[in-house]
Amino acid sequence: MAKAKPKTKTENSTPMVKIFIMGAAHEVPASLTIMKAIEYAGFKITRGSGCRAGFCGACGTIYRKEGDYRIYAALACQTQVEDGMVLTQLPFVPAPKARYNVDELQPNASAMLKYYPEVARCLSCNACSKVCPQEIKVMDYVQYSLQGQIKKAADESFDCVQCGLCAIRCPAEIPQYHVGMLARRLHGKYNLKAPENLEHRVKEIEDGVYTEAFSELMKLSKADLKKRYTERDFIDQKKA
Amino acid sequence: MAMIRGYPENMRKSIENVNKTRSKRLDQIIPDLTLAERKEVLDGFHPDYNPKFKRNITWGQNKGDNVPNEVVDVLEAYPMVNPDDIDLSQIDFDVNVLIVGAGGAGTSAALWSKYAGVPKEEILLATKLRLGDCNTVMAQGGIQAADRPDDSPIIHYLDAIGGGHFENNPKLVNALVADGPKIIKWHKDLGMMYDCNEDGSLVQNPGGGTSRNRMHCAKDYTGMEIFRTLKDEIINLEIPYLEFSPAVELITDETGRVAGTVLYNIETKQYFVVRAKTTILTTGGFGRLHVAGFPTTNHYGATMDGVVMAYRAGAKLRDLDATQFHPTGAAFPEQIVGLLITEKVRSLGGQVLGKDGEQLCYPLEPRDVEASSIIKCCTSTDNYIETPTQMRGVWLDSPLIEEIKGKGTILNNLSAMYRMMNRFDIDITEDPILVYPTLHYQNGGIEHDENCYTSIKGLLAAGEISGGVHGKNRLMGNSLLEINVFGRRAGMTAAKEFRKKSTVGKLSLTHVHKSIKALDALNLKDKRYSPTILPEYRSDAVRARLVQLYEESL
Repeated sequence: MAKAKPKTKTENSTPMVKIFIMGAAHEVPASLTIMKAIEYAGFKITRGSGCRAGFCGACGTIYRKEGDYRIYAALACQTQVEDGMVLTQLPFVPAPKARYNVDELQPNASAMLKYYPEVARCLSCNACSKVCPQEIKVMDYVQYSLQGQIKKAADESFDCVQCGLCAIRCPAEIPQYHVGMLARRLHGKYNLKAPENLEHRVKEIEDGVYTEAFSELMKLSKADLKKRYTERDFIDQKKA
Repeated sequence: MAMIRGYPENMRKSIENVNKTRSKRLDQIIPDLTLAERKEVLDGFHPDYNPKFKRNITWGQNKGDNVPNEVVDVLEAYPMVNPDDIDLSQIDFDVNVLIVGAGGAGTSAALWSKYAGVPKEEILLATKLRLGDCNTVMAQGGIQAADRPDDSPIIHYLDAIGGGHFENNPKLVNALVADGPKIIKWHKDLGMMYDCNEDGSLVQNPGGGTSRNRMHCAKDYTGMEIFRTLKDEIINLEIPYLEFSPAVELITDETGRVAGTVLYNIETKQYFVVRAKTTILTTGGFGRLHVAGFPTTNHYGATMDGVVMAYRAGAKLRDLDATQFHPTGAAFPEQIVGLLITEKVRSLGGQVLGKDGEQLCYPLEPRDVEASSIIKCCTSTDNYIETPTQMRGVWLDSPLIEEIKGKGTILNNLSAMYRMMNRFDIDITEDPILVYPTLHYQNGGIEHDENCYTSIKGLLAAGEISGGVHGKNRLMGNSLLEINVFGRRAGMTAAKEFRKKSTVGKLSLTHVHKSIKALDALNLKDKRYSPTILPEYRSDAVRARLVQLYEESL
């Protein structure tokens, strides 16, 4: 690896660290996230930046630290740089998603195995859980899926941001994050049914129960509308 | 500086005040503001009401509108593509329905145009980054819908229109609230995991300015749960989509109707011509323009591209004078400044406090009012907390939530917030969160009617790109609803147009030439280009040494 240039004068005021972006050394302010450090170093990111807030999974990043054999993984937008990081972002995860129609499935193991038979290949090595930047017990929800425990698989996988790092690390070649998606849809559809009052309200609106009240509201002068607004009651919240 | 559980020592002193006052504040309710009091704090402290952040639009159909400088900068910019460089005789994609922008509104529009009878081969969904690089995926707190027996769409209407200062388009508010329950039903049928109570009913929380608890949520990952399910269906139904391909200009025909777009692949640098009978713009908002110098909660591509393209084609805009600053952006640690701390923290009982640990304001005012109260505290009193990098903020008392609702509430309902702060060694079950308003939402945009028709034939709009639904200020939970309601309506309108026999004429970029002429006449001092596509975050040292090579010679 090439050596970084000495610090410039302007950089002396803020503490800097040396990181290696795809092998090249860069001096960056120590307070930056990995994503901002990559930008600071001169890269205009196209792949590898999405929501920039930890929700979209675009910025999966893998790194090692100097003198440490371990592979680390993180979301670039949610992780502060450390001196000696050797990192690269993952531009894309080649893990095809199965096509299915949830209306034709049931929340059980056979639905999971029909579309993702590879879950049966899980070696229980736990590499997926170790790499997950959300600290989800990925291996556990793969096992729940295999066993047909759909609720548990859905709940355990719920916080997944679909960065795909698990699928890249898996020696059994399972696309875990897609498996979790199917489990959640089956659970949401079949185990968490829509309550009656929701259906009732939809029907009321379709039957025009509120049509007259709406047209009355829309005819109000601004002053009358303000009055209706300020006089409305708050039945759920305590007010002073 | 010594750090103690994520906070520097000197901020810990103020946290002690927060801890001391907590039991006293448990049942303490601060009165909410009257309409007159709201006006006073807005006039004094909201950036919308500060003339120094604004100027007039100088050309086009909204000439004279007073809007943020950053918005004028984009509208007063030259097209980034020279229209003479585009060969319109070579049509790369010829479809019936083109949807530009694959966030929540765009994916809803694609799905509903398919449901309503447009064959998938006749649909194209094009987007700037990946399918789902959008604000929808990062919406946390919830989605409003009036489905409880003691709530009604009428009450939802009043809440929304009052929150918007009575400036909303009533027909759009009617559509928004009346479609609400239908949207939740659709989501449930798709299998979205909305939070449920033990009796099977849906969890419904309050939000700022709502008079009923009608915020449906999926922990604090509500937008992500909605979006990833819609995306799953886009792929299941094999609706064609193009990623890394933002639109850079609309295409019109000799009658002036919109007839497609020019797409630009930001990786290969190629352009593509799309001819379409109906073009639906769902490109979202303008957070990455950093209006009034604020940091933003928005995703990387939120640069108002759709608005400027439509403006050049003659679309009317409205309410762009109104920008939403979310009351609670993170103010500490530095790495996450400006990121969203969901309003759900306050829905669940979190209070907003000064450095003395006393409440500043009613925690669930409409967003503009709440944000102004926090700005007031930090700019006209000394009751704020300062960070080591001189950011000012106030406390959001998250530990109070577990005092009210019991241990475990935060991990079960705010796992994203807990995780984000925990990455920086702050435990929000034990310590409060330092917050300051952050740029969150484009309240105004392209004018459209309840079926999403804009003022130009062939062009529909839906979602954050549009104006009128929220008036001058949107309430929490009405944007996740809006993208679904109007995405759905746009898709259905496109399907109706699909069945009509009309066709588009000869493709042209005449409107772009006309825009260039109008801009020439302004004799602008600074020559800018738009759409922006992606913001510039490279360091000054790098930018000073940028050079454009002659690509032909490479």
